[in-house]
Amino acid sequence: MDTKNIMIVGVGGQGSLLASKLLGHLLLGRGYDVKVSEVHGMSQRGGSVVTYVRYGDKVASPVIDKGEADYIVSFELLEAARWLEYLKPGGQVVTSTQRIDPMPVITGAAAYPEDLVEKMKATGAQVDALDCLALAERAGSAKATNLVLMGRLSRYFDLPEDAWQRSLEAMVPPQFLELNQKAFALGRSA
Amino acid sequence: MKRLMLGNVAAARGLYEAGVAVVSSYPGTPSTEITEELAKYDDVYSEWAPNEKVAMEVAFGASLAGKRSFCGMKHVGLNVAADPLFTVSYTGVNGGMVIAVADDAGMHSSQNEQDSRHYARSAKLPMLEPSDSAEAYEFAKRAFALSEQFDCPVFLKMCTRVAHSQSVVETGERANVAAKPYEKDVAKYVMTPANAIRRHPLVEERMAKLAAFAETTELNRVEEGSDRGVGIVTSSTSYQYVKEVCGDRFPILKLGMIWPLPEKKIRDFAASVEKLVVVEELDSFLETYVRELGLAVTGKELFPPLGEFSQNLVAEKLGLSVHTGKALGEPLPPRPPAMCAGCPHRGLFYTLSKNKCTVLGDIGCYTLGAAPPLGAIDMTLCMGASVSGVHGYNKALGAESEKRTVAVIGDSTFMHSGMTGLANIAYNRSNSTVIILDNSITGMTGHQQNPTTGYNIKGDPAGRIDLEALCRAMGFSRVRVVDPYDLDECDKALKEELAADEPSVIISRRPCALLKYVRHGAPLRVNADKCVGCKACMRIGCPALSFRDGKARVDETLCVGCGVCAQLCKFGALESTKEG
Repeated sequence: MDTKNIMIVGVGGQGSLLASKLLGHLLLGRGYDVKVSEVHGMSQRGGSVVTYVRYGDKVASPVIDKGEADYIVSFELLEAARWLEYLKPGGQVVTSTQRIDPMPVITGAAAYPEDLVEKMKATGAQVDALDCLALAERAGSAKATNLVLMGRLSRYFDLPEDAWQRSLEAMVPPQFLELNQKAFALGRSA
Repeated sequence: MKRLMLGNVAAARGLYEAGVAVVSSYPGTPSTEITEELAKYDDVYSEWAPNEKVAMEVAFGASLAGKRSFCGMKHVGLNVAADPLFTVSYTGVNGGMVIAVADDAGMHSSQNEQDSRHYARSAKLPMLEPSDSAEAYEFAKRAFALSEQFDCPVFLKMCTRVAHSQSVVETGERANVAAKPYEKDVAKYVMTPANAIRRHPLVEERMAKLAAFAETTELNRVEEGSDRGVGIVTSSTSYQYVKEVCGDRFPILKLGMIWPLPEKKIRDFAASVEKLVVVEELDSFLETYVRELGLAVTGKELFPPLGEFSQNLVAEKLGLSVHTGKALGEPLPPRPPAMCAGCPHRGLFYTLSKNKCTVLGDIGCYTLGAAPPLGAIDMTLCMGASVSGVHGYNKALGAESEKRTVAVIGDSTFMHSGMTGLANIAYNRSNSTVIILDNSITGMTGHQQNPTTGYNIKGDPAGRIDLEALCRAMGFSRVRVVDPYDLDECDKALKEELAADEPSVIISRRPCALLKYVRHGAPLRVNADKCVGCKACMRIGCPALSFRDGKARVDETLCVGCGVCAQLCKFGALESTKEG
C-alpha cells in the first residue's frame, strides 16, 4: 500500500498530542509501518503547530509535504486554511469551526479572514466543518475536542469502530476514558 | 516489544539497555526528552545540571570512576561544553561516555542553526548519526561499546526530525555492565602540557583506527540501485527524504557514522556511479570531505545550506516530480507563538515597555516579550548574555544609559550562565539593573526543575539556591522581589532601581501559569455596559483577550484570572466571573 498521510494542525496547547498517539496506536495495530512527527518547544506557546502521521507498508520521510496530505484534521479554522496547500488534490479536510485570534489579529495589525470554509471548498478540497468545541463541551469538557475530531475522522476510514475503541482504551487514562469515548461518539455521529 | 517511539525516547532506551549508570544534562529543545526518559529508570542516576559544561564534566567524572555515563544537550549547549570536550578527547575515558547533541535545522526553537558535526572533526571524536528511532536506539547502544573500544567519548548526533519523530522500535533488555576499576593514571588523566603532548599523538592514532573501522562497519552501508547515473551520499533525516523520492532507483551510500569518514568506501562508491551527489542539511560537511579526496561531487550548489529539507525539496533538486497542492490564494495572518494567558512575564514586560527601557534579553519563554504589542526586548543572543551585555552597554554609554537600561533573565538561565555576568557587574561596578524573571521552573523546554526550584529531576525535594541571598553575597545591597501581577509594584520597583546609584537586582517572582500546582482565579469577563472600546487592555498582548464589535472580549476557556488587564482598564469593565 502507498503511504497515506494525515496532518493534524492547530494552535499550540490544543492537545494534538493525544490525537496523534491514538492514530499511531491504531495504525500500528493494523500492521502498518507508521511515522509520527511532532513539534516541541517554542511553537507550543500558542503558535501554529502541525503533527504529521504517515502509514503504509514502509514509510521513509517523517514529514508530509505540499500536495501530499490525504487528510488535514484541524482544531481551528484559520489553521486549516493555512495548511491547505499540503492537501492532496481532492483530499479531505476535517475541521473544527472554532476561531482563535492570532496575536496580529488581537493587536489589530490584521483581520481574521471571513468565509474560510467556502474559500477552502472553492479550491476543490472536500471540507467537513463542525463545531467540535460545542460537542466536546456537551461530552463534558472543552479539552475533549481532540476526540471529537478523531471521531469525525473515523468516518472516513474503512476500519471497524471497535479498533478505534481499543486504541482509545489503550491511550487514554482510565479516569478520562468515559468522557473521551463520549466525545468520540459525538464526533462520529454528529 | 515493537512499539512507536520518539527518537529521543528510543535513544534513551538504547542508552539504558547499554547499561548507562550516570546521566547529567541541561534541557534544550530538541534534546530534552532523552534525559527526561532516562530519569524514569530507577537503576540510573539522572540529574539536571546547571549548564552543559557542568553536565559534561559530571559525565566525565562518572566515566573516570568506571561507569558508563551520558550527557545530552542541544547544539548551542555544546558550545558551552566545548571546553571540557576538546580535552576529554585527549584523556579518553574509563567507563564508556556518550554525548548526545541535537541540532535544530529550521530553528523551530533555537537562536541559530549551527551544524554540530564540525565539533566531531575539530575535537577529533567519532560521531554517529541516526536517521530514525530504530537507529537512535541501536546507535545509542553501539556508542558505549565504541567509546570503550576506542577510549574516547562518542557523539550521538540527533536533529529535530529524528529527535521528535516517532517510528517503530523493537526494544530489548538492559545489559549488566560491570563498572571498570578506577586506577590512578596521571599521564592519561592529568592534562598538563607535558602529559597532553604525549596524549595528542594517541588521539591521532585513535582517529586513524576509527577511520579503518568506518570502512568495515555496517553503520555505513551501500544500498544498491537500478540506475547508476546518480549515486547519493547521505545520512540522518536527509536519507529518509532521499528514500521517499528515489526508492531503490539510485544507489545510496548511507552513513551512520559521519566522523571519521571511510575514504575507500567513498572512493569505491564514487567510482561505481556516473555522478556523485551529497544530500545533507546545513553545512557542506560530508561534501567538503569528499572534495578533499579530489572527487567530483555535487552538493551545496544544488541543496540549500539553511533550513530543513523535505521530500519535495529533494525531488526538485534531483529533477524528479514534485507534489503540489492548492493554497487558499490570499495572505493569511501569521500565528507566531505568544506568552500564555496568565504568563507572569507579561506584567513585567508591560512595565518595561511603558517605561521605554532598553532591554537586553536572554533565552527562554520571555524572548516572546520581543513580539508586538509588548515589543520590550532589544537584544537576544545566548544563555546569560543579558547580564554580561547590560554591563558592557552601560560601560559604553555611562550614567545616562544606566537610568533606562535593564537585563532580563529567567531563573534557570540565570543559574546556567547569568551568575558569572552578575559577578562581573559586582566586581567591575556598573550601576546596572538586572531583573531575574523567576517563574520557578525551566519553562520553554517543558518544565524542568533547576537549582532554584528545590526539586530534582524526579520531582523529589533537593537543594535550593536562594536567589536573594546569592545576589547579596555577591555584593548587591539592592535586591528586591516584586509580584509581576501587580503593575503598580513593578512600576515603582523599576523606577527606583533604575534611579539608584548602585547596581541592583529585581526578582520578578511568580510561578509559570502552566504549572500543575498553580491555582488560578476565576476568569474575567467584560461588562459591555462599562467597556468603551478604548483598547487599553489590548496593550498587554494576552491571547485570552480579543476585540469584537467595538468591545473587548475575554475567552473564558483561556483566561486564568491574573487580573493584569483589569489594572489597565480605567472603566472597571473587566470583572471577575466569580459570584459576589
